[in-house]
Amino acid sequence: MKSESLREAYGDELARLGETDRDVVVLDADLSSSTKTAIFGKRFPDRFFNMGISEQSMVLTAAGLALSGKKVFASTFAVFLSRTYEQIRQSICYNNINVKFVVTHAGITVGEDGATHQIVEDVGIMSGLPNMKVIVPVDSIETRSVINYLYENVRTPSYTRLTREKFPVLNDGDYNFILGKATTMRDGNDVAIIANGAMVSFSLQAAMELKTKGIDARVINMSSVKPIDRDAIIKAARETGHIITAEEHSIYNGLGSRVAEVVTQEYPVYVHRIGMNDTFGKSGSAWELFDYFHMGVSNIVHASESIFREEKKNANIS
Amino acid sequence: MNNVALSVDELREISKKARLHIIEMVYGAKSGHPGGSLSIIDVLTVLYFREMHVDPVNPSDPGRDLFVLSKGHASPALYSILSLKGYFPEDLLTGFRKISSKLEGHVHYGVPGVEASTGSLGQGMGVGVGMALASKLDDKKNWIYVVIGDGEIEEGSIWESFMAGYKYRLNNLIVILDRNMIQLDGFTEDIMPMMEIKNKVESFGWNVLEIDGHNYDEIISAIEKAKKSKEYPTLIIARTVKGKGVSYMENNPKYHGSPPESEDLYLKALKEIREN
Repeated sequence: MKSESLREAYGDELARLGETDRDVVVLDADLSSSTKTAIFGKRFPDRFFNMGISEQSMVLTAAGLALSGKKVFASTFAVFLSRTYEQIRQSICYNNINVKFVVTHAGITVGEDGATHQIVEDVGIMSGLPNMKVIVPVDSIETRSVINYLYENVRTPSYTRLTREKFPVLNDGDYNFILGKATTMRDGNDVAIIANGAMVSFSLQAAMELKTKGIDARVINMSSVKPIDRDAIIKAARETGHIITAEEHSIYNGLGSRVAEVVTQEYPVYVHRIGMNDTFGKSGSAWELFDYFHMGVSNIVHASESIFREEKKNANIS
Repeated sequence: MNNVALSVDELREISKKARLHIIEMVYGAKSGHPGGSLSIIDVLTVLYFREMHVDPVNPSDPGRDLFVLSKGHASPALYSILSLKGYFPEDLLTGFRKISSKLEGHVHYGVPGVEASTGSLGQGMGVGVGMALASKLDDKKNWIYVVIGDGEIEEGSIWESFMAGYKYRLNNLIVILDRNMIQLDGFTEDIMPMMEIKNKVESFGWNVLEIDGHNYDEIISAIEKAKKSKEYPTLIIARTVKGKGVSYMENNPKYHGSPPESEDLYLKALKEIREN
């Protein structure tokens, strides 16, 4: 399966939007060659603002541009945007304006850079903000679709979380992202694995292994964390009775927590969450780290098998 | 939309009405920030009744001048000026900080005439930078005004915005500093010394002017001078008196965030303002 960069897809799409709409403006904070906003910056230097290593200034300037009617994209690494939580709260979300944050280098897949750069709390931070939408795309195709969807349909704040690493391309070219709608990547009625980002391809691999053990796993790509697809979650709970969540993020306040909220309200079944368990990351290669933190394919297989066989007490042991 | 050039006496009368509203609002709400509202009200009067091209009948005119009160706790000053200008009836001011009203404790975007929500310090100035950039992109000839507080400049984000204002040559941006020397916990130079702000900001590449922030002629001429800048943004340091116009509030940190404590003090404040 081929892999493609999500951030390069973002940079390309941004430049394409810039061709047709002069109101599209882009800000970055000295990371444009990494976030790929530099593609836009080179083509439209008068509408690209490199604010330097001044994330607060970037967010506030984005607010002013949006209040004056611009369609604003602002990018940096996920971990650095998190320092501007309060600027985002007051000046973006409270004003409820058209600023699209698209961050890169989120999660443990920044690998060797280590814990300082591996933010696994950001989905929780951003989801807590009124008016904010939070999206974790699964591949380059979904990234392109998300950017276009947000451009066409959303005039209020959003947070799109991308990564440094290339991810396997799982969607077809005609895929269309819809905010608040999940995609069923694989059908199955024994257990439902609700994942996003990097964890979707691991979940699909896990589902293939589970099949050999006689377990039919449904795999759902829940890229839209907020709003979340309640119907898909309730349906999965009702039809499978066993839910696993998998995210490259803390199991606190991320996808797993959101899914559990819906399940406990609407159709209580056992939910096992896979992700970072209240811990910082560490240096290592991106793909080694998933196993290190018990988030690899074998962990998904083991947890699915355990809860399917109602051996819930074993679900945590890999 | 152009303002008739009001005389200094007429401006003084408007400030007086606004000062009375400020006291009524914080006394009515039993909370709020009179000190920094009274220190900046003369500047706001000049902006809204002499300098700014704004039209309460057409509040979203794309060519209008824009104002951001970065020190958003001085909401009583802005709300009273906006009502006197005609954005909404003056009797709505009594709703300040009350559940039935849009007049949030700190400046709220949903209030007619307000261009951005503010209240957490250090943010409105960066918002003004973004507005000034947008105006340049659209070749607009409007002016972007921002008022910041002198305690507020302890926020690092303010200095990020000074850097950005220079980099992008935002000569359409005029920032006015309410230099009243007092913040919530006491005197600015005790809490966190800022010393010679003029030198600091000049070294960031800005034009800097210093004036008496209660002298209408000086406020007017400083703004006119700022508008002549060919390249760089301007900071006007307005030396002011916190609590200006109410003797027991003047230069008293206590009244940064407290209303008159008794009806006697309330009436005394109104009397002093009326007789000034």
